[in-house]
Amino acid sequence: MARDSQAALVALNRFGLGARGGASGDLINAASDPRGFVKAELVRASGVLLEAPGLQSTQQLGQAVFAYQDQVRQARETAKAAAPAETPSPAPTDQKPGLRRNLSLNAAATEVAGQMAETKPADSVAKPDAIQPSAVAPPSAKPAPQPLNVIQKTFRAEALARLQRATLATCGFTERLVAFWSNHFCISATKGELARIWAGAFEREAIRPHVLGRFADMLKAVEQHPAMLFFLDNQQSLGPDSRAGQNRKRGLNENLAREIMELHTLGVGGGYSQEDVTALARIITGWTFAGRQGQLGAPGSFVFNANAHQPGAQMLLGKTYEATGLAQGEAALADIARHPSTANFIATKFVRHFVADEPPPALVARLRDVFVKTDGDLKALATALVDSDEAWKAPLTKMRSPYDFLVASGRLLARVPEDPGAYLNNLNLLGQPLWSPAGPNGFPDTTAAWAAPEGMKLRLDIAAQMGARLGPNIDPLDLLEFAAADAASIETRKTIERAESRQQALALLLMSPEMQRR
Amino acid sequence: MVDYVENRLLTSRRRLLLGGASFAAWAYLPKFARAADGRDPRLVVVILRGALDGLSTVAPIGDPDYAGLHGSIALAADGAHPAIMLDSFFALHPAMPEFARMYRDKHAAVIHAVATPYRDRSHFDGQDVLESGYAGPGRVQSGWLNRALEALPRGERVSSALAVGPTTPLVLRGNAPTVGWAPVALPQADDDTAMRLVDLYRHRDPALAMALSQGLQLDKAASGADMKPKPGNAVAQMRQVARGAAKLMAADDGPRIAALAFDGWDTHANEGGPVGRLAFLLGGLDGALAEFESGLGERWRDTVVVVATEFGRTARINGTDGTDHGTGTIALLAGGAVKGGRVISDWPGLKLANLYEGRDLKPTTDLRCVVKGVLQDQFGLSDRVLAETVFPDSASARPMKGLVA
Repeated sequence: MARDSQAALVALNRFGLGARGGASGDLINAASDPRGFVKAELVRASGVLLEAPGLQSTQQLGQAVFAYQDQVRQARETAKAAAPAETPSPAPTDQKPGLRRNLSLNAAATEVAGQMAETKPADSVAKPDAIQPSAVAPPSAKPAPQPLNVIQKTFRAEALARLQRATLATCGFTERLVAFWSNHFCISATKGELARIWAGAFEREAIRPHVLGRFADMLKAVEQHPAMLFFLDNQQSLGPDSRAGQNRKRGLNENLAREIMELHTLGVGGGYSQEDVTALARIITGWTFAGRQGQLGAPGSFVFNANAHQPGAQMLLGKTYEATGLAQGEAALADIARHPSTANFIATKFVRHFVADEPPPALVARLRDVFVKTDGDLKALATALVDSDEAWKAPLTKMRSPYDFLVASGRLLARVPEDPGAYLNNLNLLGQPLWSPAGPNGFPDTTAAWAAPEGMKLRLDIAAQMGARLGPNIDPLDLLEFAAADAASIETRKTIERAESRQQALALLLMSPEMQRR
Repeated sequence: MVDYVENRLLTSRRRLLLGGASFAAWAYLPKFARAADGRDPRLVVVILRGALDGLSTVAPIGDPDYAGLHGSIALAADGAHPAIMLDSFFALHPAMPEFARMYRDKHAAVIHAVATPYRDRSHFDGQDVLESGYAGPGRVQSGWLNRALEALPRGERVSSALAVGPTTPLVLRGNAPTVGWAPVALPQADDDTAMRLVDLYRHRDPALAMALSQGLQLDKAASGADMKPKPGNAVAQMRQVARGAAKLMAADDGPRIAALAFDGWDTHANEGGPVGRLAFLLGGLDGALAEFESGLGERWRDTVVVVATEFGRTARINGTDGTDHGTGTIALLAGGAVKGGRVISDWPGLKLANLYEGRDLKPTTDLRCVVKGVLQDQFGLSDRVLAETVFPDSASARPMKGLVA
């Protein structure tokens, strides 16, 4: 087959995470068989799973949070008991007598750092993740950094594992699929300590095993995952007529039931009513996770609490579900998963994500049919997308999300992260904090959202930093070959050639339409 | 939610307002730094990336062809912004009054019609040659200043207050360990880079051009700067880095030998004459030199600052009131240790026949001679080390004598 760099760009950028630099040969491989290059990753479903040393299960992590919270409580009580607190001893000075008589570098550095600090706004201190690798940090002036607690450590380890996987993937299509589904079924780590520690495990346990499997299985895994039950408050929802509801005089919380229908399956206007929301909320009462006491099961694991479950049959979307306990909800989810509105909603969102903000109707219709005919086989869905003509002919008008942009840059520069700090900071800056969207609808998926003025300026600043740090050691024209070869525009090539330094050239390359659009 | 996001972005913008160039230094004091004779030499190398227009910085206004070639941006000894006469032939850009004062006090000198051995016109390769010290371009991982450090007797380590800088310029990279410092970790992209990107987007991606342009304007509004594009940001960065660097280098246990790099000198369009874009940048450079002078205090007496760039620019201005990549340019020396008050030049003349390839100021002095002269006078490095290790295969480029008092 003839080499086609333009198609390689579609393969790597529309479907994947961009060409890797170094000796990967990604662009050449993609150019010789663009469709095959993308689909190669779909062959091995186990390749989507993510296991790394030290990553723990939701149950283990739940117990770790409970233990940590107990520790904090104890420490607080001990401190209270020990009051009045002893007066702090004066801070030791590390001024060496020999240096005192004249100017010392530490003093100068403190002074220099002080000048810089004055010009910073006060609110900039509330950034626990901020790293300032080159800022002057005289040991005498810097308070000892707080050691990370188990929640922060876990979040960073999960982030690092995901980033490393994304950086090393060949095409990155399955990682893009993971990110798509993870955002579709998002939780937010900002909900609380459990959500933060579970964010990565949720994706590993509920999303990844089903990315090339069945939608109904993913739906069930998600809605029964403690992270989702916590995020959308279902652990608080009690059947009004259940024993717990009667005892505690409390009742339904519709949050999860509504988002299941509105955001996860049928979509707004997908043919459900408020009665259906309430019915589903009743059906899934009792879906919760075991707390620290472990009365219902191993702490931190999914459990069905029959005491909280609304008794009786329920009518949902015109169908009656008998009172079968946990099975009642599972049957309801299975039916919602194969509802025609779900097929339509998923196909539309899928095409909008990968192809165009205005998804081509014919392609949406085809994917909808595939979804229906295969009973929600997500591998068949992905394959149909790659097999379509539309996905290869549509111009690359979508914008890389901040995550895709940062990962694509790391791939091109062949830098496998060893610490997630810089990525997490930059994602915060660019408005896509990892696993922390502002609402249950996830991060936006439109070009306009990610090509906003402020965001573009920030991307440029970040690209300039990467240029300053890494530019001296690279040949920007080599990188352009890796990234786009002859699919690069003449203007981009000239802009890079004419840059006044390698540093500037790298910044411009990372910001070029070839690296920003997908 | 929208308000929240915008607020957070604007807040984070403000966090980024400072920053830019960085400073890197040798991690050790030379062993003779505390020698009995009281001389404690310091050397700062300032790299101007992008190719400085030497003919606009130190203008040969006595050359009959200069005014015609440099056209609308030529400096003149009269008018609203007269250039500062350094002698009867050369005049300094009016944006550099501090350097002029140092020159009058004989603590600053100009070397004109100077160039590295590089004769092509690629920034990347030109900077490699300038900073690596090799005669030609190639992937080299060490710079001449670092190799010079390896030849010096290593004394105590400078205090650990400095971190390893992320952006050590090539000139100082190599086996000899370095330390560094930058004002903040998140520098903003400079205006020149931003403008180049806007230009690319205008041709290839108008939607991104509009978004980025608006982002740049928003940013200027948030920072209180005026909306006209001007490199004020770069100017502030140059001064700030120099101020911090000078403070650190003035300390008894602070670094003695350091390098800085300033970007933005690639003035292809609207370079400006006595006022304008280049004038802003030169004002920043002038301010940085003044910061070194005041910050180093009595140590300024033993200091040499070398300012160099990868190559010069065309003698004749182009169609967009700027200059394209050229060859011969200037190097500047400043510091109490400089035997100054002179423009050192074997002037080639600007007649068409005298221009290099009919377009550039012909280089008559090898930049390596200047640098070798400074290294020899400041640190006593031998001819042989300079010709074999520091600047490999450069025996024919003899160290220039008498640059240091």
